[in-house]
Amino acid sequence: MTQKSTIPEFTLTIQSGKNRFGEKEGFDCIVIRPGDTLSIVGPTGSGKSALINDIETLAQGDTVTGRYILINGEVPPESFVREPAFKPIALITQNTRCLADLSVEEFLIMHIRARRPGREYLLAETINLANTFTGEEISLKSRMSGLSGGQTRAFMIADALIIGDTPILLLDEIENAGIFKNRVMQSIQGGNKAVVLVTHDPYLALTADRRIVMRYGGVSSIIEPTGQEQDLVEDLALIDERLNKIREKIRLGTAFSSGSSEALMIAVGQGVTYK
Amino acid sequence: MKLLIIAGPPSGGKTAVIRQIIKNLPEDALPAFLKIDVVHATEDVELAEEFGIPVKKVYSGDVCPDHMGILVLDDALNWAKSLSRNTLIIESAGLCLRCTPYTTGSLGIAVISAISGTNSPLKMAPLLALADVAVVTKTDLISQAEKEVFRESIRKVVPSIDIVETNAVQGTGLRYLMRRIDNHPDMGSEPVVLRGSPPLGVCTICIGKKEIGWKNHFGVIRPLDMPEPIYRGD
Ligand SMILES: Nc1nc2c(ncn2[C@@H]2O[C@H](COP(=O)(O)OP(=O)(O)OP(=O)(O)O)[C@@H](O)[C@H]2O)c(=O)[nH]1
Ligand SMILES: Nc1ncnc2c1ncn2[C@@H]1O[C@H](COP(=O)(O)OP(=O)(O)O)[C@@H](O)[C@H]1O
Ligand SMILES: [Mg+2]
Ligand SMILES: [Mg+2]
Ligand SMILES: [Zn+2]
Ligand SMILES: [Zn+2]
Repeated sequence: MTQKSTIPEFTLTIQSGKNRFGEKEGFDCIVIRPGDTLSIVGPTGSGKSALINDIETLAQGDTVTGRYILINGEVPPESFVREPAFKPIALITQNTRCLADLSVEEFLIMHIRARRPGREYLLAETINLANTFTGEEISLKSRMSGLSGGQTRAFMIADALIIGDTPILLLDEIENAGIFKNRVMQSIQGGNKAVVLVTHDPYLALTADRRIVMRYGGVSSIIEPTGQEQDLVEDLALIDERLNKIREKIRLGTAFSSGSSEALMIAVGQGVTYK
Repeated sequence: MKLLIIAGPPSGGKTAVIRQIIKNLPEDALPAFLKIDVVHATEDVELAEEFGIPVKKVYSGDVCPDHMGILVLDDALNWAKSLSRNTLIIESAGLCLRCTPYTTGSLGIAVISAISGTNSPLKMAPLLALADVAVVTKTDLISQAEKEVFRESIRKVVPSIDIVETNAVQGTGLRYLMRRIDNHPDMGSEPVVLRGSPPLGVCTICIGKKEIGWKNHFGVIRPLDMPEPIYRGD
């Protein structure tokens, strides 16, 4: 659905800055190409959000970290930084509240105007995609400030994919808002987007092409999987699937009486009175 | 001398932006600072301590702080000159949204917080329309899409204004503001005047008459159902 975009391709370069103690980070530069997926991991407060915010603002040594972000090896043109219409980057922040005093429809129309005007036909597509990410339906008439955390996140991801439609996508802890993260990942991958995601989710972290490890506000190492983690990834996929099934049952009100294997046997909805 | 006039609603981040300006000014810019507020302000003491620059403060009390700013501006310029300063930074109280403090020869900077509501640019239209630059603060507290929608909302009010988005506490993105300040010429020898026309403000409430209702007043008055104010009296 977003693969049809004709936006030019970009290579993004992160040049190292300093961690909280003023020490140089554990790399010189990270180059991110179209189609790459990178995960960012690290304890809370270790600077994960600061790193993707540096990318979003195309920092030029003017943030706390002192990093520089280049596009195609050069200082990006000013319009990339200042004009949403030219910005090749979409960022889904950790915020799960939107303060805008607008309906969903008004918000989307204004965002379309900011990004690339004349595409009002994308309204329905955006809402429909958002609704595949969340269990609670969003409508065009909903107030932005009334959306739940998960609805806000689902909406912002759909907005970034369809209205933003950028070659570079940054996601800050999408797994935390109770949205269907696998559906989100499916929608994101496939195109030739470069995706950078901050995550505490083991499966998402390990399936990325590269894994950036943060410590004390700086990058401490970059791990490039050599295939040795493949067994673990497969285990995680199974664990994830089981967890998802159990989670869905709990969400739908199932009560359990014994171990997890039994929890997986009960059909969703069995012995439950909902709706 | 360069004159920077910074205006915006309370707690919008004016002082945070000014701190970043002072930090990033070239060495020979030698700033002096004047704060104008209604009843309470501490910026003068804070900035003097932090940067060791000359500061002054004026309380406007019963008078509109923007009017007060204009009344003292001439003296303030002379004060800064007498101390051989090259830049005068004025922070307005920004309470009166009908007046604007920007003058000819100055760089007018409107500071407005990204979390102040999508329609807030409409409500403070003169403050933005007569400014040279709109600095949007607190962008670290909202999502990218909201930031872009807020920008669009400013554009609706003033299509061509230079917009600078920042986390003013850290100074992110202010390089564009610093460049603008850098390129701004020193004040010439022409007399400095207000950019906008001051609003009509001559009625008998201005001079202390407390009765409600236009029938009890003279000067510029307005009944509820009349589209424009009218003049009553001789
Ligand atoms: N997170 C965040 N906080 C900010 C930002 N800008 C200002 N603040 C905070 O907002 C509060 C008000 O900022 P000030 O700079 O004092 O605002 P002001 O416009 O000078 O306020 P008055 O002079 O009292 O009208 C302070 O606590 C600042 O630290 C920003 O970009 N991001
Ligand atoms: N290199 C750095 N130097 C100084 N402060 C930093 C650095 N990196 C991050 N910080 C600050 O540390 C705090 C936590 O960082 P954040 O990116 O929010 O962590 P995380 O997203 O990993 O929880 C923030 O206030 C951020 O500005
Ligand atoms: Mg974070
Ligand atoms: Mg202040
Ligand atoms: Zn006034
Ligand atoms: Zn009056």
